[in-house]
Amino acid sequence: MVKKAVQRVYLAVIFLFLYLPILVLIVLSFNNSKSRVIWGGFTLKWYASCFTDETIMSAFTTTLKITVAAAVLSTLIGTLAAIGIHAMKKRNKAIMLGATNIPLLNADIVTGISMMLLFVRFTNLGFVTVLIAHITFNIPYVILNVLPKLSEAGRSTYEAALDLGASPLYAFYKITWPEIRSGVFSGFLMAVTMSLDDFSITFFTKGAGVNTLSTMLYTELRKGIRPELYALSTILFLLAFCLLLVMNVHSDRTAVAAKRQDAHRHTEMRKPC
Amino acid sequence: MYRLKRQFLAGPYLLWVAGFILLPLAFILYYAFTTDGGGFTLSQITAIADPVHVKSLLLSLKLGFFCTVVCLLLAYPLCLILSRFHFRHQSFVVFLFILPMWMNFMLRILAWRLLLSNSGLINSLFELVGIGRVKMLNTQLSVVFGMVYDFLPFMVLPIYNSMARINKDVVEAAKDLGANSLTVLVKIVIPLTLSGIISGIIMVFVPALTSFVISDLLGGGKVLLIGNVIEQEFMQGMNWHLGSGLSVVLMVFVIASMALLNIFDKDGGGAAVW
Repeated sequence: MVKKAVQRVYLAVIFLFLYLPILVLIVLSFNNSKSRVIWGGFTLKWYASCFTDETIMSAFTTTLKITVAAAVLSTLIGTLAAIGIHAMKKRNKAIMLGATNIPLLNADIVTGISMMLLFVRFTNLGFVTVLIAHITFNIPYVILNVLPKLSEAGRSTYEAALDLGASPLYAFYKITWPEIRSGVFSGFLMAVTMSLDDFSITFFTKGAGVNTLSTMLYTELRKGIRPELYALSTILFLLAFCLLLVMNVHSDRTAVAAKRQDAHRHTEMRKPC
Repeated sequence: MYRLKRQFLAGPYLLWVAGFILLPLAFILYYAFTTDGGGFTLSQITAIADPVHVKSLLLSLKLGFFCTVVCLLLAYPLCLILSRFHFRHQSFVVFLFILPMWMNFMLRILAWRLLLSNSGLINSLFELVGIGRVKMLNTQLSVVFGMVYDFLPFMVLPIYNSMARINKDVVEAAKDLGANSLTVLVKIVIPLTLSGIISGIIMVFVPALTSFVISDLLGGGKVLLIGNVIEQEFMQGMNWHLGSGLSVVLMVFVIASMALLNIFDKDGGGAAVW
């Protein structure tokens, strides 16, 4: 009994630690005072003014464009790569996975700097260079989410479909896609999260004219953050919260359904004994 | 036959790896070993021996080590507790730890700056309980605190994933054979989660060792990590060759720590637990 209570307190403390700063920011977004330490009453005005502020909106749209474009492109390249890597022989597979681990495990600052050094040699830093950098650090998350699903699925069903005369595209759509769909999806989600939250790599590859929310915040830090930014971040956070919650409930349902089916299959298999 | 064709699907990625992963690394190596005029030199590498650089490298190693130890000590019991909860879906735990990342990283660290400041919430609480106000902000402690906050999910998730994969029958068999919970933990659970622990350590130690933003925001310019030195060489000093040289040294430390850890990781699957 005591043990249970201790466990619950421990969980509560950890989640308080993780979510306390978020709570502070949400509270600040409703604070009717520019000061960050004095409570000046409840207001929604920052929520209205954040959408009319030009610098904030431009940084916000840049962030959205880069996040969505990077996530879509990295999911596409990454999923194709995972299918290709899955079909490779052991040695090539190991080499490709090694390369995949480089951006994942290398220091962000080194990844950012090395890309900047490459980019400035051939072109000006700007939107495209940030996008390329984001795709680069996103792809590994997609590959590592899709590859396990491919291994679970196995090759034989896909090859059986081909032997039975299905075109590769049809076989992919009918056999492979349903198996890897959840992996592709969580890879995509991971990519969105990483892109949205990245600062270091964007900072080094962005050049002078482009700003995402993170890099704009960094330059504004010295003169003080405008409350509109708390409001915008709160909206983003709550949006993500709802989205992830809905998806989680949905995947819970499918998981339960799958389990039921599984249990059903087991009982059927036992019958002959 | 089928396999050969499908391998070509990795083609775009192969080009991407060559162009945007390997080529940039070649560039940083080139800058690290040359002077402004283009001649070969080792001076950018040996510049790490400069007392200022040695000091910040040692400080980075120290803070990175403490951050990793604290993360591990917090995460392991947490995962043990979480693994006993019967979530219908494992992804719910991932969700709880990923969600904070949707609030901008910079703002979250900024919120900690408010909370940890001398007149902040935590110090007010301290005063209320009678501890008195403690200077926390702009110290090494606050930097480690911020690192633990930011990197804890990267320790929790691999460990939790490896723990969720443990076959419950194994644990029950051990109990049936008379093992107490401590024996089960030491002889069964820890060995089976070792690869998760190792990837967790790597995923936390590397960013902690190389971070520059957290030390900037929570250290108030007083805590100079090797990441800060490199960032300044690029953004303020405009000495790209020196910055690259120090980055290469940093990379050597990253690779060395991973190699060291891989000795313990017999499963070999360490890095790919995500």
